[in-house]
Amino acid sequence: MAGEVTISARNVVKAFGQGAGAVRALDDVSVDIRQGEFFTLLGPSGCGKTTLLRLIAGFEMPTEGTILLDGTDISTLPPNRRPVNTVFQSYALFPHLTVAQNIAFGLEMLGKPGAEVKARTAAMLALVKLEAMATRKTSQLSGGQQQRVALARALAPQPKVLLLDEPLSALDLKLRKEMQIELKRLQLETGITFIFVTHDQEEALTMSDRIAVMSAGKIQQVGTAKEIYIHPKNRFVASFIGETNFLTGTAEAGALRLATGDRIDVPGMTPGGTVTVCVRPEQLRLGPAEDGAIKARVRTLVYFGTDTHCHLALSDGTEIVARLQSPASGDAGLAEGQEVGVTFAPGAVQRVED
Amino acid sequence: MSPAEDAVRQRSDRNGWLLVTPALVVLALAAILPLLVMLVYSFLAPGDFGNVEWEFSTDGWTSILFQRDIFDGTLSLADAHLTIFWRSLWLSTVTTLLAFVIGFPTAWFIATRPVQQRPIWLFLVTLPFWTNLLIRTFAILEVIRSEGLINSALMGLGVIEEPIQMLYTDGAVLVGMAYVYLPLMVLPLYAAIDRFDMRMLEAAYDLYASRWQALRRIVLPIVKPGIVAGSILVFVPSLGAYVTPRVLGGGKNMMIGNFIELQFGQGRNWPLGAALSMTLLIIVTIALLFYVRAANRPRADHG
Repeated sequence: MAGEVTISARNVVKAFGQGAGAVRALDDVSVDIRQGEFFTLLGPSGCGKTTLLRLIAGFEMPTEGTILLDGTDISTLPPNRRPVNTVFQSYALFPHLTVAQNIAFGLEMLGKPGAEVKARTAAMLALVKLEAMATRKTSQLSGGQQQRVALARALAPQPKVLLLDEPLSALDLKLRKEMQIELKRLQLETGITFIFVTHDQEEALTMSDRIAVMSAGKIQQVGTAKEIYIHPKNRFVASFIGETNFLTGTAEAGALRLATGDRIDVPGMTPGGTVTVCVRPEQLRLGPAEDGAIKARVRTLVYFGTDTHCHLALSDGTEIVARLQSPASGDAGLAEGQEVGVTFAPGAVQRVED
Repeated sequence: MSPAEDAVRQRSDRNGWLLVTPALVVLALAAILPLLVMLVYSFLAPGDFGNVEWEFSTDGWTSILFQRDIFDGTLSLADAHLTIFWRSLWLSTVTTLLAFVIGFPTAWFIATRPVQQRPIWLFLVTLPFWTNLLIRTFAILEVIRSEGLINSALMGLGVIEEPIQMLYTDGAVLVGMAYVYLPLMVLPLYAAIDRFDMRMLEAAYDLYASRWQALRRIVLPIVKPGIVAGSILVFVPSLGAYVTPRVLGGGKNMMIGNFIELQFGQGRNWPLGAALSMTLLIIVTIALLFYVRAANRPRADHG
């Protein structure tokens, strides 16, 4: 069934407040999320990613537009009538119930028979490896264990879609890495569509089948991690995902002419107007200042262990960064103030919209 | 612990006791001493014109539940007394329930207002406390008496021919007490609901709970300490209420408080009055112990 659309947002607008003071948290958002995929909504805080998640969960109703689940309009259904469950950022575990009771809650509310509730709860406890904790109160668990309970509780009713609202943000780095792998495992084992909200680009890149990059209430780009990293559609996406260098100049046939007079080969470029391109720092090559290379002067060198960041200034003052793999000696063979020639790996230069 | 630390600790202990001494003196003079007097009086014989005779007697205690036949001296259950006890317990329980049913939505409403609006609502809830209890009770009397506001209005509109007897009924006492003690229910409930994490409610809805299921399975168990605190705060003073049953219940619908007063006044049976007071104190203490246990339970869970 993979490939079929599960959740479809069509021209969704969500405004908070009224009249002139109204804020558009979501501004005409349309996106299709496929059955069984790990889909991530990525963006800075206030970009509308959590609002979109809450609309899918049913905690908010769209101001305009519709949300479809398997082709059925669910925009106005209350949360308890949507086959969708949420893992909350704060977990929102019920403090007066045990781990097992927390996990069983959704099944009980669905009116499942006692035996099924019991069996399913036991299966969920096994899935998240918390069998030993079944009778504990949730307040007696560590952060990572609470996270697992929240996951098990949301997965127990076998929802069509699992929504995860920055579920890893409260965990420390080591635990976060473990849970990333755990989440991916659970998603593959259950085959449930996961919609994951995060502001952490690394988390998004490593876990997702597809990513929607959001900013200012709009979806900027949807694609796989590679597509988004290698072919960012615009300036925002390019700078939000990883580090990048922007170069602006005049478009010529198959090239870009910088203000310094240097010429960069950009296959497929047609003449006319001002154009911005981006190049990832690891795609820069430094060599002797000779013809065909852009002249630059080394400003500072920062040693990061695995690689060295070399901050360069072009002749018109434009600053760019090159990330060089550190040689065994650790010495990149460069000195501050040195003149170098910058070239780019083939295909590394990407045209971006502003 | 080093000697120096010991000395510091001892000094701070001593200073702590000095700070609390004035309060302890007041408590000893105004609470413990009178209580001891009551305890002693309850084991003495009644004087002919009130006061007590200094001879040991357990009649004060036995006559709480039993009455001695004037002719043959046999004991039988004192129905009138039991009725008063029963009415007091019943009215206090229903008052507590009424205050909860009215107070919970009120507290929920206040706790879900924007933070800057809440003090105004809380102030409005406590507003009646700024007026004398007697004045408020007489104001209710003015509203519900036979020639009062409600009856006059209904008769004026032709809805009824004869005034409805509302004053001097258990219902009147109930309404009066529920009104007087409502803030004592609302405030602890508000405090509990304010601490309640509204995301729990979203989680419950998300897990297919209806509004009623979310209330019963999630909200009420979590705010239980507030419910228990509010219930005790309403139940305890209701049980000993004096002014409200006196003014709105009249002479017939007595509660324990009025009954005790009667013994020290017209009844001229101070030992019985003292024994009744002690009994009331015991009932209240049991209620408080129940509260302390219920209030401590969640904390033990977190430990």
